[in-house]
Amino acid sequence: MPNSSTPLLSIRHLVKHFDISGSLLDQLTWEKGRLRRRRTTVKAVNDVSFEIRRGETLSVVGESGCGKSTLARTVIGLYPPNRGKIIYGDQRIDNLSARQMLPYRRRMQMIFQDPYASLNPRMTVARTLEEPVVFHNPSMSGAAAAEKVADVMRQVGVDPKWADRYPHEFSGGQRQRISIARALMVDPEFIVADEPVSALDVSIQAQILNLLMDAQDQRGLTYLFITHDLSVVRHISTRVAVIYLGTLCELAPAADIFSRPRHPYTQALLSAIPRLGEQRSQHIRLKGEVPTPIQLPTGCVFNGRCRYADARCREEVPVATPLGPDALVACHRVAEGKL
Amino acid sequence: MKAWRRFRGSYFFYSFRRDPVALASFSIFLFLVLVSILAPVIAPHNPYDTSTIDVMDAEIPPSWMNGGEERFWLGTDIQGRDLYSTMLYGLRTSVVIGIGAVLFQGILGIVVGLTAGYVGGRVDSFLMRVADIQFSIPYLIVAIITSAVFQLAFGVGRFEQLAMPLLIVIIGISEWPKYARTVRASVLGEKQKEYVEAARVIGLNPARIMYRHILPNTLTPVLVISTIQVAQAVMSEAALSFLGLGMPVTKPSLGSLIKAGFEYVFSGSWWITLFPGILLVTFTLVVILFGDWLRDVLNPKLYKG
Repeated sequence: MPNSSTPLLSIRHLVKHFDISGSLLDQLTWEKGRLRRRRTTVKAVNDVSFEIRRGETLSVVGESGCGKSTLARTVIGLYPPNRGKIIYGDQRIDNLSARQMLPYRRRMQMIFQDPYASLNPRMTVARTLEEPVVFHNPSMSGAAAAEKVADVMRQVGVDPKWADRYPHEFSGGQRQRISIARALMVDPEFIVADEPVSALDVSIQAQILNLLMDAQDQRGLTYLFITHDLSVVRHISTRVAVIYLGTLCELAPAADIFSRPRHPYTQALLSAIPRLGEQRSQHIRLKGEVPTPIQLPTGCVFNGRCRYADARCREEVPVATPLGPDALVACHRVAEGKL
Repeated sequence: MKAWRRFRGSYFFYSFRRDPVALASFSIFLFLVLVSILAPVIAPHNPYDTSTIDVMDAEIPPSWMNGGEERFWLGTDIQGRDLYSTMLYGLRTSVVIGIGAVLFQGILGIVVGLTAGYVGGRVDSFLMRVADIQFSIPYLIVAIITSAVFQLAFGVGRFEQLAMPLLIVIIGISEWPKYARTVRASVLGEKQKEYVEAARVIGLNPARIMYRHILPNTLTPVLVISTIQVAQAVMSEAALSFLGLGMPVTKPSLGSLIKAGFEYVFSGSWWITLFPGILLVTFTLVVILFGDWLRDVLNPKLYKG
């Protein structure tokens, strides 16, 4: 068994911006009597660094539009990062060519949010599942591939005799099982799951989460789990990373983050979980709106809504600093020991 | 053999058997295509062989009418050719030009549309501007210029020999932007779907993603316009023949037959134009009906169970 504390994947100062300024004509503006070219960029992920350890489930939580999915897609290599490094094992993978990337494609897979869009509607389940394994093992015989498909289908709880059917003949939960099966076909060691249960019924959510956890136990998988559902986070995570406006606020073991959130944003986020038998709401109400990721606030991205913010927070960007062996917090107040 | 058995058990074959319109239209389509391929065997006369044609036989009415002759079942045209035989040969010409032009414009349009939609950016802008320019030039002008240049360069004799491939290329080139735009529009919708991202995560190369994953999901509108395009190509060919730019009178297509007979409708020789017309309409209708059924059955979301 590999040591559980060695990082499987590290992200160093990852930045992903999207240019949404459109064509040259859209970029030109008239400003103070001069024609100027102005670009508009969405700053989806800003200087995020963390490590994912072998065998753990690292959950990334945050509000809609905070850059969780962008982070996931950048890590898996669907988007090239603007800056920063992604290191898998001891190899930097963000600057590899498609051909050099191929061996890593078998080791990293992804599960998507929408089970209705993530399976090709014109391919039978058998073809969908065979494709990755045959692509990565061109010498594999048809019979061996079919056997592998049947194996994995059994493992995810879909009867292999349905392999010749099309995705539209399955329910949402079954499709998500097939989607998981596709990711498992190449025997990966690392899986990025982008909100894999948020499109499903609550009862099905539990089944799919248990399936993911069983697969993790059997295969020693490592997950990067993107979600906005805090009850799912508590159920599945080893550690939790909280993201606000594309910036890492806090990263801590799941038990700690729920019992003792450190970052003011984490505190506000977790206070939003309803509790049974609660008389008065403990809900921390945040003022205002989430700022637009097109124009980030100076200093700490949370400063405009934080009740502890002071002048330093408005000027200086807080750096995520280690707090104990497993945790990171990016907050001046916490670093100063005032929180 | 195995493929045939799988095909027989498929939903496609099942719904084909159960749909009378599909069955009828496909049978007629198959029959017409077979007849046109076998025209040299079936036809009692060879309209291309000038030695068997006698001008004294011109404008003989169909055999069941007064003055009709047993030799000419559907009568003869203005040059004394057996109309039935000429129609079979004409159908063959029309089918080849129609299907050939659609294949040509389809392949060109699909490749351009798929590339433009999937690659995007400058490639997309460039290819779509080319398509716009092509669209803004009427095919008649393209045809007139091409055939004028061709006739000047190679002489009228050569032109008659090469008229068919030339028509295929002219009609194909003037209509490919329709395919390119349709395919590009579908590709733009499809490429955002997560199954495309899943294919990229597997590591498949762009060509394979484009042709194996995205293309099959964009073929439904392509099939629907293809049926209309076959009809359109046959019509275009008829229009070109009408202007003297299409098939020469010595090797008539259905279009040039209709046009040739049209001048004699008022002198009472209605059969020269009517019978090729009926054949043309039947062929077009059957193609469109079959394409309509194909569209329904090939879209998995429209399975009627």
